[in-house]
Amino acid sequence: MYTQALDSPAAAAADAHERDRLERFQERIDRDEKIEPKDWMPEAYRQTLIRQIAQHAHSEIVGMLPEGNWITRAPSLRRKAVLIAKVQDEGGHGMYLYSAAETLGVSRGQLIEQLLSGRAKYSSIFNYPTLTWADIGAIGWLVDGAAIMNQIPLCRCSYGPYARAMVRICKEESFHQRQGYEIMLTLSRGSAAQRAMAQDALNRWWWPSLMMFGPSDAHSVHTAQSMRWKIKRFSNDELRQKFIDVTVPQAEFLGLAVPDPDLRWDESAQHYVPGPIDWSEFHAVLKGEGPCNRERLEARRAAHETGRWVREAAAAFAEKHQEPLRAAQAG
Amino acid sequence: MNEDWVLYEVFIRSRSGLEHKHVGSLHAADARMAIEHARDTYTRRQEGVSIWVVRSSDIVASDPAEAEELFEPARDKVYRHPTFYAIPEDVKNI
Repeated sequence: MYTQALDSPAAAAADAHERDRLERFQERIDRDEKIEPKDWMPEAYRQTLIRQIAQHAHSEIVGMLPEGNWITRAPSLRRKAVLIAKVQDEGGHGMYLYSAAETLGVSRGQLIEQLLSGRAKYSSIFNYPTLTWADIGAIGWLVDGAAIMNQIPLCRCSYGPYARAMVRICKEESFHQRQGYEIMLTLSRGSAAQRAMAQDALNRWWWPSLMMFGPSDAHSVHTAQSMRWKIKRFSNDELRQKFIDVTVPQAEFLGLAVPDPDLRWDESAQHYVPGPIDWSEFHAVLKGEGPCNRERLEARRAAHETGRWVREAAAAFAEKHQEPLRAAQAG
Repeated sequence: MNEDWVLYEVFIRSRSGLEHKHVGSLHAADARMAIEHARDTYTRRQEGVSIWVVRSSDIVASDPAEAEELFEPARDKVYRHPTFYAIPEDVKNI
C-alpha cells in the first residue's frame, strides 16, 4: 500500500522516520522497559493487546456463568460462601482487564458490544457445561490451574496496565485453584459414588483444559510477534507441557486417572508425554459449536438487557444531582 | 457507541498511616457509586481502610515525550544523596 507514496521524497522520509520509531520501540522492549498508555506504540502492538486483553476480560465475565450455575446447589454453607467469593473475583478480574484494555483507546461500551454481538472471542473452556458438583472442583483445579500457568508470565508483559492487572489477578487466583483441588480431594476420599463423580469430572475437563493454552506452536499465528514484543513470554506448547507436568502427579495423589491412554513419563526428558489432542473439537467450540456457546451469550445478553433500567436510573439520578452542583458552581 | 459512565481513578490507603496509592480505574454514574464499586472491585481482601476516587479527566499528567527534559537534570546531581559524602569511619552518629 506504500508503493505509490514512496515515489515522493517526503513520503520516503516519513517512512524512514516510522522505521526509526519502530526500532526505538523495540529497543525499549528489549531493555525490559514497560510501555505505558501515553507512550508511542506501533498500531499492531496496540491492536494485538486490545484483542488479547479484551478476550481475557470476556473470558472472566463468561467464566462466571458455569460456576454460577452451582451457587444455589453448593453442598454446604462453607462451599457456597467460597463459590460466591470465587465468582465475584472473576467479575472483578473482568473489570481490571476491561480497564486495562480501555487505556489503549477502546471504550467499555465497544468491548461489551463486541462480546454481546458474538464477534469477540472468549476462552473456549467456558462453553462446556457444569453437570455435577465435581465440575466445580475440576474447574478450580484444572481450569484455574491452566489459567494461572498462562497468567504468571503475563505479570511481566511489556504493557504496564496489563502487567499490573495480572499481578493482582494472580494473587487472587491461587485460592481458586486450591479450593477446587480441595473439593476434588474431599470427593476422592468419599463414597464410591463421589469418587466416580470426581473421575467423571476429570474425564470431561482434562482435554478442554489442555486446549486452553491455544493451538500448537506450529499453528499459532500470533506467537512469534507477541514474543518479540514480550506480550507473551512462553509458547503455547511450553505452557501446556508445564501444566501437564505439575497436574498429572496431583491427579495421582487423588487416585484419579488422567483420561489419556497414551500418557507416559519420559525419563530422559523428565516430562510427561501426552497423546494427541483433538484440535477439531477446539476449533468447533471456537466457531460456536460447543455445547453451551449459545446459552452463554444468551445469558450475557439477558443480563445486559435486564440491567438496562438500573443503568438508566443511575445515570438519571447522577444527572439530577449534577444540576444543583453546577448551579452552585456557576453562582 | 459511547454511553459509558464516567471513568474514575481509584486510590486506596491500605493501612492507617500509609498514603493512598493508585490501584486502577472503574466506571460509575457518580462519585458515590464510584466509591461503592471501588470497594467491591479493589478491597475484597481487606486491601484498604480508605478510598479516594478522582475523575480520570481531572488528572493532569506529564507528557512522556518531555520525560527527558523533566527528569534528566536530576541525574547528575548525585550530591543530593548522603552517600556522595565520604566521612571517615571513625566519625560516629552521622
